[in-house]
Amino acid sequence: MLELLKRIRNTVNKTQVFKSIFRHGYPDNDANRALVMFSNVVLHLHPVRVHRGALKIKFTWCLGGLTFFFFILLAITGVFLMFYYVPDTNRAYQNIQDLGTVIFFGDLFRSLHRWSAHSMVLFVWLHMTRVFLTGSYKPPREFNWVVGVILLSTTLVLSWTGYLLPWDQLALWAVTVGSKMAEASPLIGNAGPFGPELGMNPTNDIAFVLLGGTVVGQSALLRFYVLHCLALPLVTALFIAVHFWRIRKDGFSGPL
Amino acid sequence: MSDKGSASESKAASSQSGGFAALIKRTAKGKIGPEDTVLVWPNLVYLELISMVFATAILLFLCLYSPAPLEELASADTTPNPTKAPWYFLGLQELLVFFDPWLAGVVLPTFIIIGLILIPYIDPNPLGKGYYTFSERKFAVTGFSFGLALWYILIVIGVWFRGLDWSWYWPWDDPHMHQPAGAVKLVDLEVILQSTLGLSERPIVTLGRYAVTVANILTWGMFLGYYAVGFTIPFLLFRKFYNRLGFVRYNLTMFMFLSMMGVPLKIFVRLLANIKYVLVTPWFNI
Repeated sequence: MLELLKRIRNTVNKTQVFKSIFRHGYPDNDANRALVMFSNVVLHLHPVRVHRGALKIKFTWCLGGLTFFFFILLAITGVFLMFYYVPDTNRAYQNIQDLGTVIFFGDLFRSLHRWSAHSMVLFVWLHMTRVFLTGSYKPPREFNWVVGVILLSTTLVLSWTGYLLPWDQLALWAVTVGSKMAEASPLIGNAGPFGPELGMNPTNDIAFVLLGGTVVGQSALLRFYVLHCLALPLVTALFIAVHFWRIRKDGFSGPL
Repeated sequence: MSDKGSASESKAASSQSGGFAALIKRTAKGKIGPEDTVLVWPNLVYLELISMVFATAILLFLCLYSPAPLEELASADTTPNPTKAPWYFLGLQELLVFFDPWLAGVVLPTFIIIGLILIPYIDPNPLGKGYYTFSERKFAVTGFSFGLALWYILIVIGVWFRGLDWSWYWPWDDPHMHQPAGAVKLVDLEVILQSTLGLSERPIVTLGRYAVTVANILTWGMFLGYYAVGFTIPFLLFRKFYNRLGFVRYNLTMFMFLSMMGVPLKIFVRLLANIKYVLVTPWFNI
């Protein structure tokens, strides 16, 4: 059986189609193992060789990689959810109910999206803690830590904007708490220090910009939807790319 | 995954390394030989695959154990009690008990983000790069862990110990019963100073809306004094620390550190002395 599989693989590897895609044979010798890293767009995030320490789970705990994996999972499950969701205050709640009742795997995908989101937030924190404790932010990697902090912020805002979309009581009031905080911003919020002095009122301050109105309503739902499904994922993906690029350029710290 | 190539590689590596700890030290010193590296395929790629499969399995289990909730349709007419933000923001919401929203919800989170960004630039210690250590960077690790502990403790309180009316609920308290309203009356620090020191309530100077009393000036003194003393003590007692950081790094570090320490300090002041604000102005209160 194994012999047969090997023969099939050898035959497939020699076909024009396989060669056109992969450019090299199956990575079971050192040359092809190097080539697979050069020629695969996902794998080339890695170098060809890593330090033996990189395989030590007790150094990285796989935290950064898993954070990225959760981001991918969120993108996949998110696209699925977008097929069934309309950001309309009259329909959104029904759409989410349908996911749990009439759509095949709807509940599973929604739950997976939610748990991936929770996990991503938690793993960003854990990853930062690990990076701090191993001193991996030290020169020459200072800027990549800054990129990481930006990613922390976008992760939190992504999670928070997604919170509103089910349009249930939990969503509405959790976001209301947040928008009250925005109103209290110094200088740019109508209820914040020196806000009124600078002419801020409920129809022109930062909370109004965020919500597209004075209360969490249709405009807020649409804004959060666009931010959650389009703007923030793009920004996050961009900074993830920079983050990975800098890891390759700056090199791994310590045993990596 | 054990073919001839990688087997001989790892054999060569292990014969030279003398254990993981020694390897880390050598790496930190930049002495990495090719014998210390292995091919990413299959060694790392398979590790990543396994961890992804493992994570997916756990997520699927969590989905079955606790599916995404859906409460009643959103309604502006019914305010849930308590109204809770998502769990990752509950630490900040818990701070609302002790601080006004402009501080708890805006300024302190901004300080956290700025402080995090500053970390690599205010930490000049070249030691402890690429390995876990406490002894080589005691202040950095202690400070960071303190902030982290504060963050997680506040979240745990917000998630599990706050119930109706944002009152304190032990796990064994009935979550559907309102806690008796506290008889505690919160007082501003300047009022306490006024009454204990017998100071006049008459303002000595009025700046627009701001009627400045002697007690008010004292509270300003105490507030600014906290930072002034905090900046001075390490400068006087730990001059090495100051010299290592230099003027700019020292001031940034101390400002962030003292602001962080100010949060639990205000919490203790509130819990011990029922002080509402330590500083009152017409525009903002702290």
